[in-house]
Amino acid sequence: MNIDSTMLVMIALSVISAATPLIYAAIGELVVEKSGVLNLGIEGMMLAGAVSGFGVGHLSGSSFLGVLAGIIAGMLLAMLFAFLTLNLRTSQVATGLALTIFGIGLSALVGKSLIGIAYAGVPTYAVPFLSDLPVAGPLLFQHNLLVYGSVALVVLVSIFLKYTRAGLILRAVGDSPESAHALGYPVMAVRYIATLFGGACAGLAGCYLSMAYTPSWQEEMTAGRGWIALALVVFATWQPGRLIFGAYLFGGFTILQLHAQAMGINVPSQLMSMLPYIATIVVLVIISRDSGRIRKNAPASIGQAFHPTK
Amino acid sequence: MISLQARVEPSKLMGFAAPVIALALTVLAGLILFALLGVPLDKAFYSFFIEPLSSTYELSELGVKAAPLIMIAIALSIGYRANVWNIGAEGQFILGAICGGAVALFFYEIEAWYILPLMVLAGMLGGMLWAAIPALLRTQFNANEILTSLMLTYIAVLLLSLLVNGPLSDPDGYNHAESRMFHAAATLPIILEGTRLHIGAPVALLLVVVVWVLLSRTLLGFALKVNGIAPRAGLYAGFTQKRLIWFSFLFCGAVAGCAGLFEVAGPIGLLLPEISPGYGFTAIIVAFLGRLHPVGIVFAGLVVALSTLGGEAAQINLNLPLAVTGVFQGMLLFFLLATDVLINYRVVWRATGSRA
Repeated sequence: MNIDSTMLVMIALSVISAATPLIYAAIGELVVEKSGVLNLGIEGMMLAGAVSGFGVGHLSGSSFLGVLAGIIAGMLLAMLFAFLTLNLRTSQVATGLALTIFGIGLSALVGKSLIGIAYAGVPTYAVPFLSDLPVAGPLLFQHNLLVYGSVALVVLVSIFLKYTRAGLILRAVGDSPESAHALGYPVMAVRYIATLFGGACAGLAGCYLSMAYTPSWQEEMTAGRGWIALALVVFATWQPGRLIFGAYLFGGFTILQLHAQAMGINVPSQLMSMLPYIATIVVLVIISRDSGRIRKNAPASIGQAFHPTK
Repeated sequence: MISLQARVEPSKLMGFAAPVIALALTVLAGLILFALLGVPLDKAFYSFFIEPLSSTYELSELGVKAAPLIMIAIALSIGYRANVWNIGAEGQFILGAICGGAVALFFYEIEAWYILPLMVLAGMLGGMLWAAIPALLRTQFNANEILTSLMLTYIAVLLLSLLVNGPLSDPDGYNHAESRMFHAAATLPIILEGTRLHIGAPVALLLVVVVWVLLSRTLLGFALKVNGIAPRAGLYAGFTQKRLIWFSFLFCGAVAGCAGLFEVAGPIGLLLPEISPGYGFTAIIVAFLGRLHPVGIVFAGLVVALSTLGGEAAQINLNLPLAVTGVFQGMLLFFLLATDVLINYRVVWRATGSRA
């Protein structure tokens, strides 16, 4: 068989498509974790976003309204998480698990009537002139807006964390909430905003799945992507630039299954479907074994409740 | 303004009251949810609280559902006490079913007394093997056990699907994704005639006693407690975190694997692509609802099993999706975590502006 440039472009496109929801979910969680909060409920927030985005998009006929609804749904669940962990100081691990269980159930309940409905999906936007270029055109300039948005968001977050005062405060809150509090920074408010941003990103990631990747609604359609996003943040050692690389790598593992058969590789589909999960474990092991590097980059107060009165 | 004031000592009363308050709040929230969905409340109440308790058979079903939940939750509670977060019990459950079930299918021609014990052994070893992976990766490579144990659950689901579609499928099954039915010697004895109640229920109760003794009467139980509350103190006392991680994972793997084998050798009777309604995940809620205490977990297991049966009854009586159960269980965990704050803090009203 021969692999020509059209086919390579096609493969690259499907990698980009599979990586986009991971980028959104992971960049949101990265900001959350940088503020010292560990939200394990990404999967639940993604599902809430997916079902709301699809439902509203389908009913209103507007993908803009759909995406907006998805973002709001993600933020609402994040708000619940923030109230419990920040105000009531519940365990972040347990609350995150609860958020996932709740999100899976709620989205299935709400989405019962949406199963089997077809949906046009988010339209693609071809950049004028540039999209006509050979190879680079279809590869870089003929995506839907959510794909462009994911890359832009990573760049913005990267600049925010590195070069802005607010980003510095966020990192300070994550590394030493006591010092940040002593300096007069509002630790609770910063963590609230970060958690809500994470919810919005997870909602957006869910929207991408139900409105662009496979425009439809299925129960538990996230299939563990929320957890893979959590692993991606560790993989990226909390650095946005590495995160985008990691997401494309995982996107590659996800689509391998689709292309293996086309290339005549005859392996049971279940084995191929295992790849992203196996890859997640392998990558986690490789990154985590260097505990010095993790300690250097991880927010120092991650997962710990903050008591302003102490 | 409402504010939280730390108690000098954790409230014993609230330790018991908090789960009850959480349950009451969940029922209340459930009623509001049903009202919003336009479900007749009297019928909903009947489905969730009357029907599952109305006959001997229904009560025995409560035992069938509660047994795996209690077994797994008890095993999970050991690790959770020491902040070892195994959330992959579902995968360990599935591996137990696969390994134990494979033994039943391998010895399909032999009907002897030793087949069942062999299956239980294989199931426990299968669960332990699956649990050993996150334990190894955590102790040797510092990899987060939450993520690895969860990833292994997805892999276990796919592995089961692969096997029942391939090597373990029924040779006369016209390519259906299921194994042969286990024969009589490879199925669990029923302890109540005319029901599906199997020896899993007494095994679960036995396990409760064993773990209760382990936690309250042995050095290991003390070590788990110390490491959960003050890891550094545990270190000085010579309890290494690594050994506790290994113990928590292997113990839970063996128990979850055994529960998985019980499920396929009991109520199901063969291997299918889907053998668990999420017992491994629901057991996490049971463990918290029981406040990580063996006796509390028994009550919690029964309550959560009741909600599962209620969800099934509501599906039939009211045409509600089964997902309602998940919503309830999620809410229960939220309320539980929220009311836990009452144990260590006092809720006080303060006039705004008079902040100390």
